[in-house]
Amino acid sequence: MIPYILSAIVFLPIVAGAVLLFLPPSNRQLIYRFALAVALLAFLLSIVVYFSFDAAGPRYQFLEKYDWLPALGISYHVGVDGITAPLVLLTGVVIFTGVIISQRIDERPREFFAFLFILASGVFGVFVSLDLFALFFFYEIAVFPMYLLIALWGWKQTREYAAMKLTLYLFIGSVVALVGSLAMYFASGLDTFDMLALEGANFSADFQNFWFPFVFFGFAVLGGIFPFHNWSPDGHVAAPTAVSMFHAGVLMKLGAFAALRVGIMLLPIGAHTHMPWIILLTLVNVVYGAFIAMVQTDFKYMIGFSSVSHMGLVTMGFATLTYNGFVGASVQMVSHGVMTALFFAIVGMVYDQAHTREIPKLGGLMRIMPFAAVAFIIGGLVSMGMPGFSGFIAEFPIFMGLWAGGYPLIAIIAAISIAVTAAYILRAIGRVFFGELPAELEGHMHDIQPSEKLALGILCLIMITIGIYPNVILPMVQAGVNTVLALVGGS
Amino acid sequence: MQFITDNLLSLILFSPLLGGLIVLLLPGGNKELVRRGALALSLIPFILTLVAWFGFNAAAEVDGFRFQQQVAWYPAINSSFHLGVDGLSLSMVLLTTLLAPVAILASFSVEEKIKPYMALFLALETGMLGVFLSLDLLLFFVFWELGLVPMYFLIDQWGSKTGERELWGGMKVSARRYASFKFMVYTMAGSLGLLLAIQMLGVVSGTFDMLALFQTWPGLTGSLFGLSIETVKSVAFWAFAIAFAIKVPVWPFHTWLPDAHTEAPTAGSMILAGVLLKLGAYGFLRLVLPLYPAEAAQYAPVLALLATAAIIFGALSAYAQTDFKRLVAYSSVNHMGFVVLGIAAAAYAAGTESATIALNGVVLQMFNHGISAAAMFFLVGVIYERTHTRDLGAWGGLFPLVPVFGGLLIFSSMSSLGLPGLNGFVSEFLVVRGAWPIFTLFTALSMIGLLFTGAYILKGIASTLHGPLNEKWKGHISDISRREILVLAPLVVLMLWLGLWPAWLLSVINQAVVGLFG
Repeated sequence: MIPYILSAIVFLPIVAGAVLLFLPPSNRQLIYRFALAVALLAFLLSIVVYFSFDAAGPRYQFLEKYDWLPALGISYHVGVDGITAPLVLLTGVVIFTGVIISQRIDERPREFFAFLFILASGVFGVFVSLDLFALFFFYEIAVFPMYLLIALWGWKQTREYAAMKLTLYLFIGSVVALVGSLAMYFASGLDTFDMLALEGANFSADFQNFWFPFVFFGFAVLGGIFPFHNWSPDGHVAAPTAVSMFHAGVLMKLGAFAALRVGIMLLPIGAHTHMPWIILLTLVNVVYGAFIAMVQTDFKYMIGFSSVSHMGLVTMGFATLTYNGFVGASVQMVSHGVMTALFFAIVGMVYDQAHTREIPKLGGLMRIMPFAAVAFIIGGLVSMGMPGFSGFIAEFPIFMGLWAGGYPLIAIIAAISIAVTAAYILRAIGRVFFGELPAELEGHMHDIQPSEKLALGILCLIMITIGIYPNVILPMVQAGVNTVLALVGGS
Repeated sequence: MQFITDNLLSLILFSPLLGGLIVLLLPGGNKELVRRGALALSLIPFILTLVAWFGFNAAAEVDGFRFQQQVAWYPAINSSFHLGVDGLSLSMVLLTTLLAPVAILASFSVEEKIKPYMALFLALETGMLGVFLSLDLLLFFVFWELGLVPMYFLIDQWGSKTGERELWGGMKVSARRYASFKFMVYTMAGSLGLLLAIQMLGVVSGTFDMLALFQTWPGLTGSLFGLSIETVKSVAFWAFAIAFAIKVPVWPFHTWLPDAHTEAPTAGSMILAGVLLKLGAYGFLRLVLPLYPAEAAQYAPVLALLATAAIIFGALSAYAQTDFKRLVAYSSVNHMGFVVLGIAAAAYAAGTESATIALNGVVLQMFNHGISAAAMFFLVGVIYERTHTRDLGAWGGLFPLVPVFGGLLIFSSMSSLGLPGLNGFVSEFLVVRGAWPIFTLFTALSMIGLLFTGAYILKGIASTLHGPLNEKWKGHISDISRREILVLAPLVVLMLWLGLWPAWLLSVINQAVVGLFG
């Protein structure tokens, strides 16, 4: 156990972001190297957390607790369990690979990286917070820089619209969740925001049934739950590459995770009451998202809607309230995070060179950038749930959870999405990477840089490792899920 | 040595994949090195299979699965890496590891991107072997799906260069892209039911281990998901059956096959027809019959009807083709129909002597069709490489120009036709002999199909080799080369050997048939 490691992870990026703002803006080389060093350090720290987490050990590890506003029962209380340790690693991976591929940010790179790091601190903070107030605090820190990052560095055609839409959706969601959380605080009579204490508050069934939807949906908006998913593809498309990676790769997990931690774990009776209909919404996510992805012609929108579909599987796994469902959803958060970060990275690389994202206008890139093409194919196989890759390891237990939870029809309908996903992924691979290079792109395209290959390589390696040897992540996740089940009940 | 015997099946399973990775690391400029390296690497699993084969025979009287290995793989859902072989899977493993080097030797004429080609080919071999070796349902599915990926890329990237298909909306795509896409999506969609049924079995039984499921699942009583167990089992039976029927393929699920076979590169067609189709039949034998004996018996007449349709329509369609490769492709539908007919008969009358005979015939037919279909596709490839056409009307009277090729084509065609003395006769006879007392009408009807088999085979031979010589080819066509003869040699030897003395293979097959269904 390394003392203060979680605090180090949480505050390293934000401090580094502040330092960045004092660097000379003209020295871009220095700014990029500094950002890269910080990201690497955060990545290494997250690796340490992941591998020193003891799956057989206590429920929460690396605990730290300090009074913050004792009068209100607010404390800075952090720790990781078996579900969040992999998410911390995921965040480390995405920040590192995201910074690597952000070399070509020309406009005010100093501010860009500073905001990106503030965002990273917020994300780390949410994953490790054990105090409800601290969780909200970090949640807002994570959402706020998104606005600036999209509005200032995003795709010029839609960035203001997308940034505003995203921020409004997420703020409204968080306010709704906050109301629910405050209700919990007052109703518990414990005068504390500490979630470990609130777990034992024994809220009445009526209370839980009433407030569960507030908390769950408030957070699940960020997880892209239908019908509140609309902000997400627009946000993905408008955001600059590294931000899209962060947004789809990590931020959406934040929503799903907070919905689990605050909604399902603190209000388990409410979860049992409402999940049977919420699961229908997640089904819409999964199937409708896949169909919408199939009809997209914009490469980035396709990936954006595929995220809606795949994140639906996460909330669906949670909604089954079964052991298998929770295990699968927890692995899916990591698997999808890595996969979608990879997708957005590659889409960004293609767009930077081709200046178009229209799938029919691309082609033959296998010859130009074989490494990126193979990486995209690997990501595609993960996306379609191909065995041997992490997507299968994640999706299979989610479906088992549907069977075990008594939703056989939902399982059967949701399975359609697998075939649809295969269709749109194969189509994209065939059109973008094979076939003929369009004449107007001839001479304008070149291979990606070695550093970018490194970033893609790391992401692919994770997906393959989990796929071939699931035990690299499962003992941890199982330990985490067991504690969830202890609160929620069931097997 | 101890290490090899302890991990024999894992070595057989993963040596092709490892070989593929090694091929990727070879220097790309040296094509000859890549080709020979891939061939040498593909011989390793074959030699290991021979070790297993002779080790297996020595203990043939032992029931059940040999060389078992079990390692935890996905303990959270109780799935393990569990391998084992019986006579059924071992004969399929032998077929696979034998055809792989043959197909790689046949691929020496591939000139483009040969490193990824060979690597994908070897990866494909691992995928197919995994299906035959798995004793865990989840692992079975893993390899079942995994084999699709290399095949998809082999067809998509190295398939025939000409030909276009118009999609709805008037958009045109190349024929190979159309075929590979159809192959992949058709099979994946077909596997969805299998996937769901496997999940359901896992949830209900708490394990994916086949040996445990064979014990518990068929005898399960009570109700599930508010339905009677009979209904659940019937639905699950069809989920399994449809996935496997698509792969076999059983009429009317066969439409992906002519496209995929025709557009695939020669060696790809050899493996597709030789091994991939066997995966479906193997699924019926390994999973459907033991897991759903009651449902299989109940629905066997339906399967038998579809099989008869496959035999008759497959033969008629083959006869109607003008493209030689398509003709051979439809002949697979025809021949695999006998496999399904035998399976249906055995399911209907499980435990009887006729059922045992039919099943022996089924497995032997799978092996035989693997050999003769591979040979036929290769021969079509040989003539295509020389003439750049597959049109049956474009040739004629080639026999004097290519006598050795002609001889081999006639020999392989006769094997496919079921000429007594060659391998096809033995297995089709056994199937028919076994199925006759059980499904007399269907078997009698399928004899009509056999009649047309003769017709389309002779059509193929006649329009290439006989008739008036098409002067165009005079001086432009060379006889079959030494390498190509080397490709055919093991296949031709096996055709004759299995035709005259099939006992060496049948004794191994019979061990499994009696052990499993006796």
